[in-house]
Amino acid sequence: MKTKKPFFSAKNLTVAPYTVWMTLFVLIPIGLVVYFAFTDSTGSFTLENLTYIKKYAGTFWLSVELAFVSTVLCLLLAYPMAYIISKMPANKQGSVILLVMLPMWMNFLIRTYAWMTILENNGIINRFIGMLADLIHVEFNGFEMINTNGAIVLGMVYNYLPYMILPIYTVLTKIDNSLIEAARDLGSDSVQIFGRIVFPLSIPGVISGITMVFVPAVSTFIISYLLGGGKTYLIGNVIENYFLGSSGAINYNVGAALSLLLMVMIVVSMGIMNHFDKDSEASGGGIIV
Amino acid sequence: MENNVLIDLKNICVSFGDDQILKSINLYIRDGEFLTLLGPSGCGKTTTLRVIAGFQSPDTGDVVFEGKRINDVPAHKRQVNTIFQRYALFPHLNVYDNIAFGLRIKKEKENVIAERVTEMLSLVNLKGFERRAVSSLSGGQQQRVAIARALAVRPKVLLLDEPLGALDLKLRKDMQVELKKIQQSLGITFIYVTHDQEEALSMSDTIVVMDNGVIQQIGSPTDIYNEPKNAFVADFIGESNIVDGVMLKDCVVEFSGHRFECLDKGFAENEDVDVVVRPEDVDVVATDKGMLKGIVTSVTFKGVHYEIIVDIGGFKWMIQTTDKQDVGDKIGLFIEPDAIHIMKKSEYSGKYGDFSSFSEEFDELSQPDLVAEDSEDEN
Repeated sequence: MKTKKPFFSAKNLTVAPYTVWMTLFVLIPIGLVVYFAFTDSTGSFTLENLTYIKKYAGTFWLSVELAFVSTVLCLLLAYPMAYIISKMPANKQGSVILLVMLPMWMNFLIRTYAWMTILENNGIINRFIGMLADLIHVEFNGFEMINTNGAIVLGMVYNYLPYMILPIYTVLTKIDNSLIEAARDLGSDSVQIFGRIVFPLSIPGVISGITMVFVPAVSTFIISYLLGGGKTYLIGNVIENYFLGSSGAINYNVGAALSLLLMVMIVVSMGIMNHFDKDSEASGGGIIV
Repeated sequence: MENNVLIDLKNICVSFGDDQILKSINLYIRDGEFLTLLGPSGCGKTTTLRVIAGFQSPDTGDVVFEGKRINDVPAHKRQVNTIFQRYALFPHLNVYDNIAFGLRIKKEKENVIAERVTEMLSLVNLKGFERRAVSSLSGGQQQRVAIARALAVRPKVLLLDEPLGALDLKLRKDMQVELKKIQQSLGITFIYVTHDQEEALSMSDTIVVMDNGVIQQIGSPTDIYNEPKNAFVADFIGESNIVDGVMLKDCVVEFSGHRFECLDKGFAENEDVDVVVRPEDVDVVATDKGMLKGIVTSVTFKGVHYEIIVDIGGFKWMIQTTDKQDVGDKIGLFIEPDAIHIMKKSEYSGKYGDFSSFSEEFDELSQPDLVAEDSEDEN
């Protein structure tokens, strides 16, 4: 026997704000993206927009490549750092983590502009080296740093590094010290403890770190725009151009189709990655797709 | 048991900041014995264990193992293994891989490992659990895996840090028997830490009673129970009535206004002493036949016996008797000479052994608390 629940029950009322929020800012936008992706300018159904992927395959691939390199670099930098922080005395950990997060309190754009002034042909680094070169009377024409793929990767690593450090640090601090003592007790030296206990138990943090760096890196357009100087065109820039470019270039339908494909690609790759993390679900920390 | 000393602790001192946790511990442990470190929270028993395991280095003093000083030998090279309070099983490994962990570190061949793991699983009655995830096991089963994992590497000494603390009473009693059996069948040394005096009495060959970072008494369970050295030990091990007395001469002691014959000697004439009488050693008799007379102030039925509190001249005694008494009854008490135990005065005199503030609830509140133990000992 079922009784009809009243519409204004306490449960419904408490859930309502989230339902409204999710509908307005997640479901409807995604619905719009899907709608535009499968329609033409007159509003009738078409699959033609999706064929633009062929045109931009190279750009897609470059975006994935740069995002992948940045993610790997972030991981290589962040893991040792997170490990060292997690081994510090408890009262110091807080302030070091604060330092890690401090740059995030500044506007993302301003930080990226700052890198421009550092890397420019007339920037701080080149001028400094030029001064040194003058002292020893060597000719120096400046390194070309800005407007290279290297500069874009640097910008990504710099901006997204905290997102790699924090989840790994959190997982590492959650590892029960008695597990490490138990491993030592059973004859493991420090290297074996790391390889057999600490690293396997920190994988959920690594996975969420990778997710949090790779996803924004693969879809960025600001970093490539500012540090790539328009020379390097990433998929994010392509999509941006379809929405905000010069009036002749604007085409919401193609832009939506490319966004949809990017989204699908990200969801699929995250799904594959979480698959590796299946065993350690219990320890938490991973992002579930 | 032959007199072969395996571990010798000499003048071990440990401090954390201003807190002196261990104050000059001297203790030797014989090969093959079941030794228990017993004491309340924060007494230093877990720290002592960690010094032996190599997780805590002493500020001063020597740890000697088989005649060699091992202060500088790191934990992973010591021939001792530990059962941790909360088992510390590796959550990403299954039962088999947990038990095989130490053997793989030693680079044993896989067929040797398989054989040893099977042997260990049957030792702890967990055959068929090889592929189970440790998180799917009950507390008791996890405990057994922890034991199997530690014993798989064939240590000379097994250190057990309150291993049964998290189990319920019934399971605890079963595991006590099982642990003792395992210890006897393997013939290796067990060093066992607990705050549970019953556990200590029923399992140990030797009990070391600790308080405040100092060893109060070392002895067999019967010695500790029958001949406690001071008021702390008498009170911590079982229930005790502890009253002030004066040793008039050898074998004669006066307390509560009466002269008693006893068996203790070697005190100075008229020396002030603490007198211990166990509640079960007092006989209830008619008032005219009693050595002491008192009024019953509380009666509790305990199943096997009644626990009654008797007011004798303002001092409350606890007496366990099988005869029912009523509150307000006047009764006489009779104490045999061998039921009286005399102790020298100590810093603990007067702190214990009076039941005037006694109530069931109070008793439970003052039970050593496991959680508190954790935070104090692991700093």
